[in-house]
Amino acid sequence: VPLLRRAFFWLVSLLLASLIWFVSVHLSDRENARLQYGLLVFGAAVSVLLQEAFRFAYFKLLKKADEGLATISEDGRSPISLRQMAYVSGLSFGIISGVFSVINILADSIGPGVVGIHGDSPYYFITSAFLTMALVLLHTFWGVIFFDACERRRYWCLALVVASHLLTSGLTFLNPRYEASLLPIFLITLCTGLWAFSTAGGSFRSVRKCLSCKR
Amino acid sequence: MITFMNNSDSEEEPCNERTSLMSAESPPVPSYQDGLQASEAGEPQAHRKRRTGSSRSPNNIADGDMSDSRVPVRESALENEEEELTLKYGAKHVIMLFVPVTLCMIVVVATIKSVRFYTEKNGQLIYTPFSEDTPSVGQRLLNSVLNTIIMISVIVVMTVFLVLLYKYRCYKFIHGWLILSSLMLLFLFTYIYLGEVLKTYNVAMDYPTLFLVIWNFGAVGMICIHWKGPLQLQQAYLIMISALMALVFIKYLPEWSAWVILGAISIYDLMAVLCPKGPLRMLVETAQERNEPIFPALIYSSAMIWTVGMAKPDTAARGQSQQMRDEAEDGRENHRSPSHAESQMSETRSPVPTHPTTSFEELQEEERGVKLGLGDFIFYSVLVGKAAATASGDWNTTLACFVAILIGLCLTLLLLAVFKKALPALPISITFGLIFYFSTDNIVRPFMDTLASHQLYI
Repeated sequence: VPLLRRAFFWLVSLLLASLIWFVSVHLSDRENARLQYGLLVFGAAVSVLLQEAFRFAYFKLLKKADEGLATISEDGRSPISLRQMAYVSGLSFGIISGVFSVINILADSIGPGVVGIHGDSPYYFITSAFLTMALVLLHTFWGVIFFDACERRRYWCLALVVASHLLTSGLTFLNPRYEASLLPIFLITLCTGLWAFSTAGGSFRSVRKCLSCKR
Repeated sequence: MITFMNNSDSEEEPCNERTSLMSAESPPVPSYQDGLQASEAGEPQAHRKRRTGSSRSPNNIADGDMSDSRVPVRESALENEEEELTLKYGAKHVIMLFVPVTLCMIVVVATIKSVRFYTEKNGQLIYTPFSEDTPSVGQRLLNSVLNTIIMISVIVVMTVFLVLLYKYRCYKFIHGWLILSSLMLLFLFTYIYLGEVLKTYNVAMDYPTLFLVIWNFGAVGMICIHWKGPLQLQQAYLIMISALMALVFIKYLPEWSAWVILGAISIYDLMAVLCPKGPLRMLVETAQERNEPIFPALIYSSAMIWTVGMAKPDTAARGQSQQMRDEAEDGRENHRSPSHAESQMSETRSPVPTHPTTSFEELQEEERGVKLGLGDFIFYSVLVGKAAATASGDWNTTLACFVAILIGLCLTLLLLAVFKKALPALPISITFGLIFYFSTDNIVRPFMDTLASHQLYI
């Protein structure tokens, strides 16, 4: 259920972002391809910012609900920890964003056709798959870091998350040149993952302990 | 096509009165009177009280009791526990309803996307006589509004008719009607559906096999829905007939009419359930007064004991089940007794055993289910199916509508936990669904398409 609420929030943010883009497209000159591209960039940037804003709003909502649950429950603690909520929220954000990005491509991929027949890259599908996976993971990690940063009021962390989101989205603009976009994005994913892991309290020692199955 | 639709009179009625959502029997509010005494015995399970019929009165009496005896701390603790339980059970109910609604929608969307038959236009129902093939927009709009008016009035008339029949205890007529309509759904529509699916996948099936399959499917379905059967099988059948009905609607309703009908029916649902003279409200209240379950063929219950599943509102069956519970129970507090609940409750004081016999545990747990009318299933599926069928083949729209409907259902269940009486399930979900459909289709889709064509990710 929290997964769904989160997805809903993302959808609303997407809606608002597309609304802004749509309005701007209609108000502008259709013929100018560069302008259209610029508008697309603008739209994407706005959408990223809105997503982060909605993530923040969701954090506030969850805090309130958490406090409410804590007062109700018998031992004064809430049944779900904030970390879990952060994880779930990031995951659902990621899932819905990934699904929205990829499902049309998937649906087209079972149909008849040749990839890249008009001169685009023939690796379209596989790179889309990788990018979507990276994006889902990234959203999960960003969720964890974001919530933790809000909790501890480390605003530089927040700014870094937003900046990395913008950076990732910007990197996808370089897209037919896959070396330039795919590799950096994976590097970012890895780094963010490690950061999120350490934020959530893990460390090298705990990984070792887990792997060697010590009690 | 239109000729065989003439006897769809009997299928129309399933969609009329099935549009209400209510919590089973009574809310999980502990009777304070007994709750207090049980908590003296230190029993947290005192909260598992069920009342039928006179569900308002325990609360009033309870308030009166509370004022004199208890320590305020105990009172607030009880209230907190009650709220927490309400929330917990609310969450559980939400999950219990999400799964069938999702399943129904999945079936409908899968069928729409794969079987061409349900998206071809092959005529219209007699309930929507005005065609939408007119050239001008205004004419088309007018026709769709007229279609809606006719359809809604048909539904209203049938609902009122059903309520009148119920009020005047013409049970046999109602049962005959329901049996006829479910026969039609289970046999005829399944036959058509199976035929179309086989055609799509180019699978050959001979008539004897077909006959055997459909006969078994239909017969088991009739027994499960109208008589006794395993709960999950009954739920599965209800989901399937909702999906079949939704598919019929998607095929035979012209496009604009479908959207206007969806909007109008959610308004109608709101009025019918909440207004004091609304037919659905009267139906629910009459059923509660008489302590009878509403017909199982009309309601999806997430948890129902088999005695309740019997179509006959048989007081003998009820008495028998009560007897079973009375003799096998050793002072359990949880009774499903008719309205003289308080006197009986006050007799049973001993603490609840921790591991009751499994059948009665089931009884305890299962009575707490939430009931959702089948009409709600049907209209949710119609919305999602229409989105899948007409949204330019876009999955994003379908997904967006799906999420919107589920969020609406979640909100409705939350309100149900707060208000604790029968609520219309359609308005919120359908409103969200419609908003998201239109906005996603027109605004989000170009954006996402452009992004995807450049392989940009946001």
